Amino acid sequence: MSVLVYIENWDGKLKKLSYELASYGAQLAEKLQLPVKAVSLGKVDEATLQNLGKYGIPEVLSDTNEAYNTLDNSAIAKALFAATEKTAATIVVMANNNLGKAVSPRLAVKMKAGLVSAVQGLPISTEPFVVKKMVFTSKAFAHITIKSANKILTLAPNTFGLVEKNVETTLTSFDAGLAASDFETTVVSSNKVTGKVLLQDAEIVVSGGRGMKAADNWGQLEELAEILGAGTACSRPVSDEGWRPHAEHVGQTGKIIAPNLYFAFGISGAIQHLGGVSSSKVIVAVNKDPEAPIFEAADYGIVGDVFKVLPQFIEAVKELKA
Amino acid sequence: MKILVLIGNVPDTTTKIKFNADNTAIDASGVQWIINPWDELALTRAMELKEAHVDAVEKIVVANVGRSETEATLRKALAVGADEAIRIDADPLDAFYVASQLAAVAADYDLILAGIENADYNGTAVGGMLAELLERKSVSAVSGIDLEGDLLKISREIDGGSQQLNMSLPLLAVVQKGIAKEPRIPAMRGIMMARKKPLNVIAAADAEALTAFDHFELPPAKAACKMVEEEQAASLIRILHEEAKVL
Ligand SMILES: Cc1cc2nc3c(=O)[nH]c(=O)nc-3n(C[C@H](O)[C@H](O)[C@H](O)COP(=O)(O)OP(=O)(O)OC[C@H]3O[C@@H](n4cnc5c(N)ncnc54)[C@H](O)[C@@H]3O)c2cc1C
Repeated sequence: MSVLVYIENWDGKLKKLSYELASYGAQLAEKLQLPVKAVSLGKVDEATLQNLGKYGIPEVLSDTNEAYNTLDNSAIAKALFAATEKTAATIVVMANNNLGKAVSPRLAVKMKAGLVSAVQGLPISTEPFVVKKMVFTSKAFAHITIKSANKILTLAPNTFGLVEKNVETTLTSFDAGLAASDFETTVVSSNKVTGKVLLQDAEIVVSGGRGMKAADNWGQLEELAEILGAGTACSRPVSDEGWRPHAEHVGQTGKIIAPNLYFAFGISGAIQHLGGVSSSKVIVAVNKDPEAPIFEAADYGIVGDVFKVLPQFIEAVKELKA
Repeated sequence: MKILVLIGNVPDTTTKIKFNADNTAIDASGVQWIINPWDELALTRAMELKEAHVDAVEKIVVANVGRSETEATLRKALAVGADEAIRIDADPLDAFYVASQLAAVAADYDLILAGIENADYNGTAVGGMLAELLERKSVSAVSGIDLEGDLLKISREIDGGSQQLNMSLPLLAVVQKGIAKEPRIPAMRGIMMARKKPLNVIAAADAEALTAFDHFELPPAKAACKMVEEEQAASLIRILHEEAKVL
């Protein structure tokens, strides 16, 4: 029995999420008194993988087959299954991001594992095994018992944090035994966002709603995001209008995020919007309507005009950073 | 080609969620049930594909695992334009149980569309599990699907961007926002026709659930919002730095 953490890579790189997963896996293993290992699929430098030791991962299985870059759901699930067999893993931990959501259900069937997605924190109890997760788009939490011996947990980014626990990491080369014919996804083109903080990774998010009035008005909002090192988001009508890209849409039908700080500029705070952001640690709302429901969800608020507040925020942040 | 669209029956997105006395189940009184928003978009896209490729798409079937009360939601899907509906008569205990039920009816369909999430328990697993049970390819976070001969042209979101893919049938696509612009609303004629369309009820297959809800809790009440004057906006940045310690 052991805990296995799936560490994905982005063009050979790891990010904070990878270390957060390592931290979670190591803490979970400690709680269960089981060994923990990680598995990496695709080409990643040895030195990069060794960084996982800082967060308590003593061994990483690394299969450097480049075909994993096609993100073929079924091939990755097969490879992870091979890794669980090799490590006698009974619990697998991975991210609740696009790839994790795609492969965890397939792996769950192979392992006959109970799967809980987007868990909050470590299990509440281990015998029986009970975890907590958000349900009804953040309107409630559920305590879920996993009945099966094998288990898979996916962790929502930025909900657990980093826990240092320095250990030496050994790298073990691993061949999951996949053939070229196992990869059936043909990637015609990829469009990667570069040079910007990704919304899913962002610890601070600056978001705009219909109160921003027009696509052309996003300059100051982007400037604030840039000096804060923040990601940018928007409400659904804003992306429906094409003012901002779909990838920025947060809420019930968009992304669910949990940054440390969420700024809502000209967002009314509809229940479907709040579903995507209410797990943020601190919410700041700027809205000219004192009755806007966003103020019920916010920690700090300004009843005022976004176009008067944004320049003041930008100046104040510049001063703070100076 | 035959298309199967999985249909979740979920509380309307504006529902104020309440639980029963011992917090073990949702209190369904006064809840309006709707087609899961992503499934509604999947059905809309399936309709568009059928209209654009009359010769290629033979029929669209919708399927749900639920008790008789979910039939209103299936009838709505028929009114939107699905040709047939299947209800597997069982309580949707967990994703693995639901996927196992669907696996018993889904194998014949060339293209299966599932929503990326159910807006109730926010699981994300039924589509992927069904694909694995059927041993077929799957693509997730799909935001666009087009048909070109035997080829499916797919757009999917990846962590940090998007990709264009070519995929062959049979395929299961787990779809999200963007797959169709606006969900189709049933027209009067559609509602009339839906009454005559087949809604087949199938007995549950033998399957087990691997997880169970223990109980629910509501999030803690939020403290009142601290207000700052518009002219003092700069001071809020200080507060975020010194008091909230998030800057
Ligand atoms: C099934 C379903 C799913 C949905 N999913 C989502 C979702 O995922 N995400 C989402 O966001 N929405 C979603 N919605 C839509 C949601 O109900 C709201 O319509 C939407 O969130 C409103 O967006 P908004 O706040 O930008 O716009 P509005 O509600 O129009 O609010 C604009 C706000 O800006 C303020 N304002 C205007 N001018 C200024 C100014 N100069 N300065 C300061 N404030 C100003 C106004 O007072 C107002 O409160 C969904 C709806 C449905 C039915």
